[in-house]
Amino acid sequence: MVETFYETLRRQGITRRSFVKFCSLTATSLGLGPAFAPKIAHALETKPRTPVIWLHGLECTCCSESFIRSAHPLAKDVVLSMLSLDYDDTLMAAAGHQAEAILDEITKKYKGNYILAVEGNPPLNEDGMYCIHGGRPFVEVLKETAKDCKAIISWGACASWGCVQAAKPNPTQAVPVHKVITDKPIIKVPGCPPIAEVMTGVVTYVLTFDRIPELDRQGRPKMFYGQRIHDKCYRRPHFDAGQFVEQWDDDSARKGYCLYKMGCKGPTTYNACSTVRWNGGVSFPIQSGHGCIGCSEEGFWDKGGFYERVTDIKQFGVESNADKVGGTVAAVAGVAVAAHAAVSALKRARSGSGAGKTEQGDR
Amino acid sequence: MGIYETQGFKLDNTGKRVVVDPICRIEGHLRVEVNLDGQNVIRNAVSTGTMWRGLEVILKGRDPRDAWAFTERICGVCTGTHALASVRAVEDALAIKIPENANSIRNIMQLNLQVHDHLVHFYHLHALDWVDVVSALKADPKQTSELAQSISIWPMSSPGYFRDLQNRLKKFVESGQLGPFMNGYWGNPAYKLPPEANLMAVAHYLEALGFQKEIVKIHTIFGGKNPHPNWLVGGVPCAINVHDTGAVGAINMERLNLVSSIVDRSLEFVEQVYIPDLLAIASFYKGWLYGGGLSSKSVLSYGDIPERANDYSAKNLLLPRGAIINGDLTRVHEVDLKDPEQIQEFVIHSWYKYPDEAKGLHPFDGVTEPNFALGKNVKGTKTNVKELDETAKYSWIKAPRWRGHAMEVGPLARYIIGYVQNNPEFKEPVDRVLKKLDVPLTALFSTLGRTAARGLECQWAAHKQKHFFDKLMGSLKAGDSATANVEKWEPANWPKEAKGAGFAEAPRGALGHWIRIKDARIDNYQCVVPTTWNGSPRDPKGQIGAFEASLMNTPVAKADEPLEILRTIHSFDPCLACSTHVMSPDGRKLAEVVVR
Repeated sequence: MVETFYETLRRQGITRRSFVKFCSLTATSLGLGPAFAPKIAHALETKPRTPVIWLHGLECTCCSESFIRSAHPLAKDVVLSMLSLDYDDTLMAAAGHQAEAILDEITKKYKGNYILAVEGNPPLNEDGMYCIHGGRPFVEVLKETAKDCKAIISWGACASWGCVQAAKPNPTQAVPVHKVITDKPIIKVPGCPPIAEVMTGVVTYVLTFDRIPELDRQGRPKMFYGQRIHDKCYRRPHFDAGQFVEQWDDDSARKGYCLYKMGCKGPTTYNACSTVRWNGGVSFPIQSGHGCIGCSEEGFWDKGGFYERVTDIKQFGVESNADKVGGTVAAVAGVAVAAHAAVSALKRARSGSGAGKTEQGDR
Repeated sequence: MGIYETQGFKLDNTGKRVVVDPICRIEGHLRVEVNLDGQNVIRNAVSTGTMWRGLEVILKGRDPRDAWAFTERICGVCTGTHALASVRAVEDALAIKIPENANSIRNIMQLNLQVHDHLVHFYHLHALDWVDVVSALKADPKQTSELAQSISIWPMSSPGYFRDLQNRLKKFVESGQLGPFMNGYWGNPAYKLPPEANLMAVAHYLEALGFQKEIVKIHTIFGGKNPHPNWLVGGVPCAINVHDTGAVGAINMERLNLVSSIVDRSLEFVEQVYIPDLLAIASFYKGWLYGGGLSSKSVLSYGDIPERANDYSAKNLLLPRGAIINGDLTRVHEVDLKDPEQIQEFVIHSWYKYPDEAKGLHPFDGVTEPNFALGKNVKGTKTNVKELDETAKYSWIKAPRWRGHAMEVGPLARYIIGYVQNNPEFKEPVDRVLKKLDVPLTALFSTLGRTAARGLECQWAAHKQKHFFDKLMGSLKAGDSATANVEKWEPANWPKEAKGAGFAEAPRGALGHWIRIKDARIDNYQCVVPTTWNGSPRDPKGQIGAFEASLMNTPVAKADEPLEILRTIHSFDPCLACSTHVMSPDGRKLAEVVVR
């Protein structure tokens, strides 16, 4: 008899009251609204803990590190109460053949019912031996483990897109998971790393609704990757007003003006940084004075320097989604976001609050 | 080469071979093979880095100002430390001076990493080598409480607290879904703690998992996120504004108060939980003093944490710089990252190719051509290796040497060097711990010594965070709020060619980055990182690296449960993604397949 998630929580001393509170917090953090809380509660009360196998390929472990930073829910509650993290090289007690025995056991015992989480990616050059797992190429272990899983979560930029080792010239021919596993549902949770609460938010969503979240054309959950950082950036009014940081640590930097001219990739990056923010909502890159480097976008390492202005994308509205812009990028080049900035400033000027005037008004 | 002597160790690979792959609870991919004699004592040890990503190849031709972001992705565990070494290398090459405030903020971030990384290592990567989780079920909560209250004033220590935790643990185990604790070596005779100490440690494992996420918020404040905060050539990206309009868009009083409170809480956790736990656990293992390896013979540190900005000389660094060789604890040699005779890398036993593999190359002139070749005595096939042949090439890690010596790096190396230099900040805490545990100085040269030095360093770093926070506040009071120097931001102001070296003391040890810049682009980039030193394979003289040396002559209680091997390897806090990446300076095609 396998316990339900709710039973597990109760067993661990969580009161009914805190359980209900947790459900409503989860509903809120998923953007579902309080009406969904009872639904979440019902799901969690009736389900056993789902086994998770977490494999590591070529990576830097930043995804694992991010995951354990989750504030709501806490990583320990996810790992010990919500799911059963049966295999994870970074945290597990076992090693060597005792570790490998777990892979064998879980894939057989829970055939078709376990989730495979992948951090990092497989290199294909040298018969896969740029990443060796138990004496064998990682890509083989990945394929074997994926064979009977229910779904795959591709953590971070490595598993989703390839990330830094796949940047030109990609010497090991590192490829994202979907290039080698083509017959399973894959949820991409990109970012280098992804935000902790986005990671646990995706996991909780899957466990709660027993289905994968709605994905955009590129395979990312729409709920967290449906809008650009620029769309909801708290510095957006400065962009619209034409108030930009021109140099590091200049007067505008000290006032928290827009970082677009310093190379910020917020206008072309789909992620939740400007809303969920990082490490329990403390800050996010732009708030701490550095432009977004676009780390959740495919191939972000090869899209020009991090301090070069974004100019190769057609102007688009806030309402645009990732699918539309993805198509736009492919089709159009050379029309500058700079124009977008200019237009925004112009609109403000027309409505009687020009950039210069606003600046004065600031003082 | 079946039986030979090197560095005072007698290697003998004729006994029973035991393979551990993967080594878990580390960063990246590592394999260890050992030979045991008839009494189950390790007589030969082989450590193999089993991943390669080629990051420096990828850096060639890019903007040097972007290099920090690439190299930061070498490792997400010691996040930020590569970025720091990288911006320092570029600033060294281009003679860029950073403001004092930037130095203070960088130091706070680097120290913050030390505090976080050491704490997570001790509880989440290393503790299960000393702590038997299942044994905790047999503990008496009342006695556990007495134990906890006898060693610390930490308030979460009542009998009820431990009873509640034990009940949850019991039910967790009874559920049959053991998660990360499945197939551990529970009940192995090498575990020595009484049940009460085990229960206390399990409680703190969970508390530390909850607390660690608070520590890193300092990175988030100054760098926008963690892991992988943002850095800047010429200073730090966060501007400071404590007085004026718009302060809410910069580092302001509220942000500084948040930093200050995290600094205080971190110090409290380290001093009331980590250090007392470390001493309590050590007191039960002080008879198990294996694993010293190279620590009593050859240790190296580049030093770090400059008190004043832009002075990277040894006397201005709060973490010591120097090298000790041949076990001569009376002399600390000077270390120079740019001296071609000092640091050299060899590849005779690594999966790379040199024109002359009897010779080593300085990082400024490093050559890297992958060459995955297995020796003739390998058991298995190219893609299913059962046993490696250490007389041939056997690792993706190169073999760095300092003046020809294999070196150990890391907290223990830093503490030994500080101790020998009679620096009271390092000597006094070591003496206190030795006295408390009633063990001689030689006990320091062990697995336990390595683990203890890391804890002491965590405490040291927590205090120094406060020092640099106070220094930052002093500077703001004096009216200086500069955080970046942009004089040489534009490549038009750079020389046509330049080269530089940057260094840092990562949590795991000495880290160096070497850069050559040509026409405003990276012409060559090379990193020699802590686990390259510690996890090094053999060199042309057959000298073994620090991991290998540390395993020698250790008895193993049960040959099929590699607990002692894990314990000692984990004491180095290995980071494999760091150790295995290199540069091909001429951009030759990187694909060579040789199976002999």
